[in-house]
Amino acid sequence: MSDVLFHLVTIVVILGAALAIAAGLIWVERRMLALWQDRYGPNRVGPFGLLQVVADIIKIFTKEDWIPPFADRALFVLAPGIAFAIGLLGFAILPVTAGFFVVRLNVGVLYFLAVTALGAYGVVLAGWSSNSKYPLLGALRAAAQMLTYDVFMGLSLMGVVMLAGSFDLVRIVEAQKNLWFCVPQALGLAVFFIAGLAEAHRSPLDLPEADSELVAGYHSEYSGMKFGMFFVGEYLSITVISALTAVLFFGGWLGPVLPPVVWFLLKTFFFITFFILLRATLPRPRYDQLMALGWKLLLPLTLLNLLVTGAVILAAG
Amino acid sequence: MLSILRGLWIMLTHTFRRRVTVQYPEQPPSMPPRYRGRIVLTRDPGGAERCVACYLCAAVCPVECIALQAATDARGRRYPEFFRINFSRCIFCGFCEEACPTDAIQLTPDFELGEYVRQNLVYEKEHLLISGPGKYPGYDFYKVAGMAVGGKDKGEAENEAPPVDVLDLMP
Repeated sequence: MSDVLFHLVTIVVILGAALAIAAGLIWVERRMLALWQDRYGPNRVGPFGLLQVVADIIKIFTKEDWIPPFADRALFVLAPGIAFAIGLLGFAILPVTAGFFVVRLNVGVLYFLAVTALGAYGVVLAGWSSNSKYPLLGALRAAAQMLTYDVFMGLSLMGVVMLAGSFDLVRIVEAQKNLWFCVPQALGLAVFFIAGLAEAHRSPLDLPEADSELVAGYHSEYSGMKFGMFFVGEYLSITVISALTAVLFFGGWLGPVLPPVVWFLLKTFFFITFFILLRATLPRPRYDQLMALGWKLLLPLTLLNLLVTGAVILAAG
Repeated sequence: MLSILRGLWIMLTHTFRRRVTVQYPEQPPSMPPRYRGRIVLTRDPGGAERCVACYLCAAVCPVECIALQAATDARGRRYPEFFRINFSRCIFCGFCEEACPTDAIQLTPDFELGEYVRQNLVYEKEHLLISGPGKYPGYDFYKVAGMAVGGKDKGEAENEAPPVDVLDLMP
């Protein structure tokens, strides 16, 4: 009984934390972007503008929730739900500490890859059901981009899996006791992060929603909380990818002095900040450049990384 | 690749740059003296109204937000009986200031005209008239104008010779 209760509490805590972080990121991102652009950002509502999050939520809930008459109604309603739910699914396997996670799967990494691959559905269905041209173009781009980057997102993690000898995230973290995988798998880390950027379709790789070309891409026709779901879903996937980068390459909860939870959160927030820094710095590449980068540079690099990692492991016995 | 890393580094150094935002309500912005804000009616150094109700400002106003009515006082000087500016229409173009022959109407750097009731944006003469001479401290229209007006005859203005009697042949 107490076991069930513990699991329930864990689920509620992680769900609550994930949603709170995703909502809080709206404010964090705007403040950080402002900082790097020599502005202040939202600093009016509450202390440091923290209540901006509440104001944004109230605003987005009271907006008109409009379904265009030409849209495919059922899919149109379903798509943001999919995007949001898939953002949340990734949190199930995140090991916050050695004993604090929703579920420990012996195929944790595979589960994560499967879930992110599903993420394309939310976007593609949204673009398709909107039944109008810019969303469709956005969805097309999203489909191609996410398929491409799925390929070597998985491959880039195989080096880590080889070194740890397991798909289990807890075992992977424990294998980093002596040396974080960011050192032997620096290439894998770089590729994984770029692929993560593309998977979360975050600026600068936000081609599915490229506002300067496609209005708002796949969610052009969305308003109110349906748009909010896409928005929160995007922040959720940023959080998941940041947390996984910390877990897979930077030793998760491992670290001196401070308690494990603090280390995990520190590392996660470091990568979230890096996501925002990338957005503040880089312009969006052209679509063919994005595809060329994927197939012609990142894929060979990942394969090379795999080859070398395998050879070194074999040589070391 | 290197340029991307350099870009990221430059962006990071901006963490410690001074922010350029002016925190407006707490931190008043410095307005240039020639800013075109709230319109005022000024007085000459003697304290009398400068406006001679010539209607030029009302005529030039592109949005027709100025309304006035000319009248003549006991000394024979023209003055506006009422002078009304509708600031909900005014576009602060400054044409009225340019058109004014007596420098009476002037635009000031005050821009804080917010009101909760639209009607309060209609300013009457008592709201517009200020006690000083505004941008032209020493200027008195009647002291340089050649016309005869109550309290001053022809030829009595500054740098003005007495009028010539055109019917007299004497040099």
